[in-house]
Formats: sequence, structure tokens, C-alpha cells
Amino acid sequence: MPRTRLDVPSVEHLSIVDEEGRVDESLEPPIPHEDLRRLYRTFLLARRFDERMLRLQRQGRIGTFGPIRGHEAAVLGSVYALRATDWMVPYYREWPAYMWRGWPLDNLILYYAGYAEGMRVPDGVRDLPLCIPIASQIPHAVGLASASRYKGEDSVTMVYFGDGASSHGDCQEAMNFAGVFQAPLVFFCLNNQWAISLPRAKQTHARTLAQKAIAYGFPGIQVDGNDLLACYVATREAVDRARRGEGPTLIEALTYRLSLHTTADDPTKYRDEAEVKEWEAREPFPRFRRYLEAKGILDAAGEAALEAEIDTEIRSAVERAEARMQANLVDGFEHVYAEPTQELRAQREELLRELAVTGEAAHG
Amino acid sequence: MTEPRKLTMVQAINLALMQEMERDDDVLVLGEDIGVDGGVFRVTDGLLAKFGEQRVIDTPLAEGAIVGMAIGMAIYGLKPVPEIQFSGFSFQAFHQIENHAARYRARTRGRYHIQMVVRMPYGGGVRALEHHSESEEAYYAHTPGLKIVIPSSPRSARALLVSAIRDPDTVIFFEPKALYHAVKEDVPVAEEAWPIGKARVAREGKDLTLIAYGAMLHRCLEVAERVHAEDGAEVEVVDLLSISPMDTETIAASARKTGRVVVAHEAQRSFGVGAEVVARVVETAFLQLEAPVRRVTAFDIVYPGFARERGWLPGPDRVLRAVRETLAF
Repeated sequence: MPRTRLDVPSVEHLSIVDEEGRVDESLEPPIPHEDLRRLYRTFLLARRFDERMLRLQRQGRIGTFGPIRGHEAAVLGSVYALRATDWMVPYYREWPAYMWRGWPLDNLILYYAGYAEGMRVPDGVRDLPLCIPIASQIPHAVGLASASRYKGEDSVTMVYFGDGASSHGDCQEAMNFAGVFQAPLVFFCLNNQWAISLPRAKQTHARTLAQKAIAYGFPGIQVDGNDLLACYVATREAVDRARRGEGPTLIEALTYRLSLHTTADDPTKYRDEAEVKEWEAREPFPRFRRYLEAKGILDAAGEAALEAEIDTEIRSAVERAEARMQANLVDGFEHVYAEPTQELRAQREELLRELAVTGEAAHG
Repeated sequence: MTEPRKLTMVQAINLALMQEMERDDDVLVLGEDIGVDGGVFRVTDGLLAKFGEQRVIDTPLAEGAIVGMAIGMAIYGLKPVPEIQFSGFSFQAFHQIENHAARYRARTRGRYHIQMVVRMPYGGGVRALEHHSESEEAYYAHTPGLKIVIPSSPRSARALLVSAIRDPDTVIFFEPKALYHAVKEDVPVAEEAWPIGKARVAREGKDLTLIAYGAMLHRCLEVAERVHAEDGAEVEVVDLLSISPMDTETIAASARKTGRVVVAHEAQRSFGVGAEVVARVVETAFLQLEAPVRRVTAFDIVYPGFARERGWLPGPDRVLRAVRETLAF
């Protein structure tokens, strides 16, 4: 037999709103204005919250924090495609999705101030907590998606991860499992070009991350991750396909980590400022605003009022969080097992005896 | 069919899985070769025919994703029972177990918990290649949030697996593969569940306490009979059954009674379960002790291959020597 070319699917790239805010009307999704307003509000809230958290860290009021500046459009455009009954599995820069899905802001502040209870997912919200060990949350999404199908639900699961995570066994194993089981799952890769100090080009020699889906037998699409509408449209299609029982999709959102990896990081050591400047020009916030202005959805007076409202919201969240910062280590014994073991009960007594002498403050 | 049946451990574990899956639709099994093939040790034989591929899931070959997927199922509210084909491969899933299964309840303050039993054959005695004969329980027992259960017989395997499946926390269920077909025992057909965290006095005695679990238990019982016959001393044998939580009360009561303690396991010595037992004996029975507490274990060397396994694993002779020296101290 001669050599023949195999018909392997290719990868699309999608962009709807350009850097100037001009929209390709043939691709523009019909989003109700009320939803656009709410998306804009959450975007602004996320942006201001990110800035405030950096300041709180510099003031020593919270611990290490990973800013998300630049990710907002990708996260909000994608999460907007989910229903409340769908599952959302983040890594650790997707808290704009938490905001969208109804988390109290003080939980996030509490978590970053070193209080584990900040990750108590609110009742009724189908989100998983932030996940620090890179890529390890991705197989959980396969389990959630498979479980919901086993129970006859039509819910879909979406899992977020970064370009760094795409190198990880957990990510590749999970994509393979999802393909084999045709799980109702959307893999949303936030390719922000940097995994701490390693640039995307050194993460994989592949031309795109989206094409990795092809190897596992499902579609992969690359989108402009700074274009909220493109992120929404690609996710909407993937979610609908998953809900129809047609299996998973990988979406690679091209964006940029405009800020630090975390507050413990100094990117000037490994990253050229000229590259950052270049991406600043493409950043998602002005683009989305221009799009909304052109549609007559935003005006200057409304903007000032919104800024003031968000400032108050964040301020009161910080107050609520700081009021919740209690040393009570004793509480930690309650959730190791459903019932504390005898050994744990003995250790809790040991702690209580210690506290009787030193006082709670010694543990803060 | 209400009479007890004589079953091997493989059959007893299979019975537990069958009955729990019949009882509760949320229980399902997943792993490598567990469906069509019924598992490499045939523990899951017949489950696929009875429950179908939605509940008996043959997975691709990746331990991390098997356990990670099971964790996701448990977050949803199912009760998965993943199988790791051999405990030596469980390190490929260790990060999922330590980073997530063990912590989820605490991390979310009880909003989610991981009701999951990770089953894995462990231990030596089957003349297999490296990574097929080691004992990994200590790696897991060091982790808060996990329960570690090791049965020693068909009946205990069935009764403890039933409890493990119903337990709201993650249980690592080590199955001593040397015992899979070695002994048959009466297993009640009717439901039986033993509490996790309780040890069992397998043989009563007043002169020395011998603490073991898994396949070592049988070597220890053999030693106890020999000491009775040849030395006239009565050795009490404690079968831990649960490594974590560990039944300190039963250990302490026996140690206080006999004043002499030997602990035996197949795993290598340093930083192992034996060390934890010794610490608890010293903490609870120091004033009654008549002799140093001895550990009889594998040596701290890398698995030497099955041709030399009998020298590596502590056999009855090594246990007997430690018992006699401790009695004579």
C-alpha cells in the first residue's frame, strides 16, 4: 500500500472582538444587555479586587497572593456559558468565576489570609475549591462529569488549568479518560504564556495547546483569550456539545499573565518588559468596555457610580473577612474525619490544655 | 443459602462488593482490567455481568487518573471503590490521595468529603517481580484524613470492606495477596460489618503480646502455638486489622497484662507501623514493661527479588527468635 495522508482533524482559531473593540457581526453572539452589564460589573469587580488584594499583601494583611490581571475576560466569558447546575473546577486564578457564581468576597480574602475555611464552598454552589498542586484537579472533573451522567443529570463540568498544567500527567491522563468515556466536560486552558518563569515555547514544542485534544479524539479550539465574546462562543458550543452527549472539548484561550505569578515572584528576572507592554495593548478590559460603549450600554456617569459601589463592596468584604480571622485551631480537629478518632480527641485535649496556659493568641 | 460458606479471601471480597453494590446504587468500581477480565486476581469477577459498564468501569492505564476520577465521583456523592492493580503502583496516585482524598473534608470544612475505598493487593509471598511484593501501608498511615485497613482472613476482609465502603472517609484497603487463596474460612452469607479502628485478640495469652496484621498474623499464630508446645509459654496475638486509626486500647491492655511485646510486619523497619506500635506501648504501658519492645520486620533494603524474598521477609523463625529472647529477657 502506498503512503497516504491520514485525515486528522485540525484546530480552529476564533476571535470576535478585536483590540479596538470592533466586532465581527457575523460571529457576534446574542447576549442580553442585562447580562452584558452584569459581566462588565463582575469584570470591574475582579479587576479592583485583584488590585486591592495586592495592596493587602504588601501591607501584610494577607499572605502570598496570585494576581489574575489579564485573565478576566477568559474566565468570565467561559463561566457565563455554564448553568448554576453545572460544575466548575478551577485551578487558582478563576475566582472571577466564584464571584459570578455567588461566592462571598470575604471567603477569598480569608483564604489568602491563611484561613482554610475561606475555601468552604457555599452551599448549593457546584464549585470545587482552588487547587494549588498544578493539574491535580483535572481528573476530578472527569469524575464529576461521569458521575452526573451516571445519575442521569444533564449537567456539564468545566475545568480550568494553565499552559504549565498542560505538560502534567494528570492533565493528559484526564483528557485521555474524558475522550474514552465521552464525558460531558469542557477543558478550558488559560494559556497565559508563562508558568512562573517558563515561557510557553519551552512548555511544549507543539504549535498549539488546543491540538492536544486531537490526540485524544475530541475537538480542540484556540480562542483569543482577551476577547470575552470569543471565549463565550467557544465555551457555549463546547458546553452544548457536552450536554448533547457528544463528549469533551479542549479550549485554549490565548491570554497573558500581565502581573506576577504570585507576590513572592519577580518577573523582571526572566521576562522582557517589552513583551509585557505589547500584551498590555491587547488586554481585555478596554476592549470589552469599547464594545459595550459602542452598543450604548455604558456611559461615564454610570461608570463612576459603579466604581464607587464596587469600592464599598470590597471595603466591607475586607472588614467582614478581618472580623472572621480567629485563631481557633481547635476547629481543625472537626473536619479531618466525619467523627474525630480517639487519637485526635486526645490530641485536641492536649491542645486545649496548652491553650488554657498560653491563650488563643499564641496560635494566631 | 443462609448457612455460612467456606470462602477464600478473593471470594469474600467479591461477596462484599456484590452485596454493597446491590444494596446501594451509588457504589461503583473502577480500575485496570477489573471489568471483562474480573481483575488480575479475579476479585471483581462477575461484577460487570451483574451491574454493567456504568458501574464496573474498565479504565485506561493511569493510576493517578483512576483515583482522581474516583475523587471527583465522590465529590459528586457517589461511593467509588477504585482498584490499584498492585500497591507498588499506588505511588502514581499518591498525590491524589494525599493532596486531595485525605484533605477534601478539611479544606472545604465538610462541604465535600471523599467516601472512597482504594483497594490494593499488597505484601509478599507470591514470587512476583519487583513492585509486586512490597508493603506500603506506612506511607499512607502517616497521612491525616485517611483510614488504613488490612484484613487477615476471608471473614475479616469481607466484614471490614463492607464497613470501609459505608465509611464516610477515604479508606485505603490493603489486601494481603499471599492470603488471597491460602485459607478458606466460614463467611456468613448475611450481612456482617466489623468496626474500623478495632483490633482483635486472635489468641489469648499471659506471657507475651505479639502484634501483627495481614499475612504476618498467620506466621505469628504459628509461632504462638510452637511456643506453647515447646516452651510452655502463652503468647497473646493481637491482629491490628486497622492500622489507622490504631486501636491503642487493645494494644495497651495486652501490653500491661503481659509486660512483653513483639510487633511483626512485612514492611521494612525504619519509620514503620512497628515504630508507631512501640511508641504507643511505651506511652501506655511503660511501668508494666519487663523487656525492651522488639520489632520483627523486613530489612531496610530495596526488594531483593523473589528468589531472596524468604530471607527478606520475616518468617516464623525470625519471629520465634524475637519472642524467645523477649521472654527470656
